[in-house]
Amino acid sequence: MSQLMTALGDGAVVAKRNVIKIKRVPEILVFVLLSPIMFVLLFAFVFGGAIDVAGGSYREFLIAGILAQTVVFGATFTGAGLADDMQKGIIDRFRSLPMSRSAVLVGRTSSDIIYNALSITIMSLTGLLVGWAIRTSFWEAAAGFGLLLLFAYSISWIMAYIGLLVPSVEVINNASFMVIFPLTFVANTFVPLETMPSALQTFAEWNPVSAVTQAARELFGNIPPGTPEPTVWSLQNPILYTLIWVVIFIAIFAPLSIRQYKRAARR
Amino acid sequence: MTNVIEASGLVKRYKDVTALAGLDLEVPEGTVLGLLGPNGAGKTTAVSILSTLLEPDEGQAIVAGKDVRKDPKGVRRLIGLSGQYAAVDEHLTGFENLDMIGRLYHLGKTRSRERARELLEIFDLTEAGDRPVKTYSGGMRRRLDLAGAIVAEPPVLFLDEPSSGLDPRSRVDLWEVIRDLVTEGATLLLTTQYLEEADQLADDIVVIDHGHEIAHGSSDQLKTQVGGERIEVTVSELNHVDTAHEILTTFAVGEIRIDHHSRGLTAPIAGGASTLTQALRDLDARGVVVQDVGLRRPTLDDVFLSLTGHVAEEEAAAGNGGRRANRPEELEEASR
Ligand SMILES: Nc1ncnc2c1ncn2[C@@H]1O[C@H](COP(=O)(O)OP(=O)(O)OP(=O)(O)O)[C@@H](O)[C@H]1O
Ligand SMILES: [Mg+2]
Repeated sequence: MSQLMTALGDGAVVAKRNVIKIKRVPEILVFVLLSPIMFVLLFAFVFGGAIDVAGGSYREFLIAGILAQTVVFGATFTGAGLADDMQKGIIDRFRSLPMSRSAVLVGRTSSDIIYNALSITIMSLTGLLVGWAIRTSFWEAAAGFGLLLLFAYSISWIMAYIGLLVPSVEVINNASFMVIFPLTFVANTFVPLETMPSALQTFAEWNPVSAVTQAARELFGNIPPGTPEPTVWSLQNPILYTLIWVVIFIAIFAPLSIRQYKRAARR
Repeated sequence: MTNVIEASGLVKRYKDVTALAGLDLEVPEGTVLGLLGPNGAGKTTAVSILSTLLEPDEGQAIVAGKDVRKDPKGVRRLIGLSGQYAAVDEHLTGFENLDMIGRLYHLGKTRSRERARELLEIFDLTEAGDRPVKTYSGGMRRRLDLAGAIVAEPPVLFLDEPSSGLDPRSRVDLWEVIRDLVTEGATLLLTTQYLEEADQLADDIVVIDHGHEIAHGSSDQLKTQVGGERIEVTVSELNHVDTAHEILTTFAVGEIRIDHHSRGLTAPIAGGASTLTQALRDLDARGVVVQDVGLRRPTLDDVFLSLTGHVAEEEAAAGNGGRRANRPEELEEASR
């Protein structure tokens, strides 16, 4: 067996283990599925009346933003899962086996896509019920969902690194709030950028979360006709800009995480 | 006989703790080395280094012919590890845990499953095998973790406190399994707090403290180092204690300890049972009524206490790590 095949095979074994956990702990699933529903309803009905979107409906504007925020939060699972495995000594067990060094991380980041895919599905259905619509072709919409998942996957690698660096589930959860709230709120996710003070606006324009949100809106056809063209390159080319960040995140954090995995012993 | 595990000068430092301060270990093929030491002595650190989980700061180690630093993957193919705390996945069943480990040793699908069932049987987990591990008792988890270590029937095994948390019966069963593995040719490094376990299983024992070796030998050798046999006598009348002391002095080869409160006397002797018989005759002749009497040999517990107790005292006096007791005369001093 070639090395790559071994790595993929080992990764699949680890991913299977994580999937079994999804089945065995349905409570997690309930939260994974309920919180997006709650988010959609809260934002649609609480903010819906207060925020104006020129030429369109807030609910249509909102869904891509909530989807982006949710998948980014979903990446926290990766960090929390690894921190938990680390605390319980399961990582030590894996590290004593003649398996591929990247398998645990590849398996974990891959299986966490499932959580995100599930919550995206539920959210989209809820969105459709409250007035969201996809106004483009099937393939464009599929590309939108794919891009969201890919973006989340790259964030998973950042969380994997943090999870191995600070192997404590509590720390991961708090740290991710600290990072993810500003990232997902100082963006075009919930409010149009024009409403922000200028310093925040610049940050938001170049924030990758804004780009992935903008890309999803375009791909779902949720940008009302007559909306002025964005003035910054990142939002004029949101798909490309998102992909650049995906590559950067993975290129930096996959090797860092694997290095950390190799040396991480349970404390 | 070749050494399957050979480590020299292992040093591992954490910020302000030196977990290992130059440890040497040798384990010949097909034998069991017992690594003993009090909490924090460095046992887990040593096992972690030998099983490639941790890189030593200094020193080198060869396991099954492979260098743990240069060829860790080669080492991993040939070892099985059961860490100090059971590392099993709560949400998987016992079977799934073992099957997963088999797959990660690349045994293949069929063999992994077959082996998982075999091991559940050996470790008396067949009935619980298809239940999630979170429903297992501590002892069951421990057994499952041990089963995990031998999934691939590795020639070298590291067991870090394998019987912690097991009840006496499970412990004896575990010893059986370990003996079988060794009979089949496995080489084993075992750490333990249960000295009886080392006594039962280990061919060779290394006692460590503060990351140093403080004694080394077979169980018998260590016991002899600590001191020979003793007579323990309890007299029934308090006013017989002095007479008994006088008589025992003629047999004693060292200082006699007296506990007036319990009317007990302990005298180090030589000559075993015949000395005891003679002493009893003399006591009887002088009218001393003996309530209880026994010939006691040091246990490994005595060895452990005297060795590690001594170190603690020395350290308190010297205020630093100092030199360790590692020669018999020092050990004897320690036991008095
Ligand atoms: N990750 C770590 N960071 C800092 N110090 C550590 C770390 N791991 C171990 N130590 C220290 O190294 C020393 C040896 O620890 P080790 O776990 O090897 O002891 P042990 O003999 O296995 O003890 P026990 O019987 O309690 O399991 C201890 O003083 C411990 O505090
Ligand atoms: Mg230990």
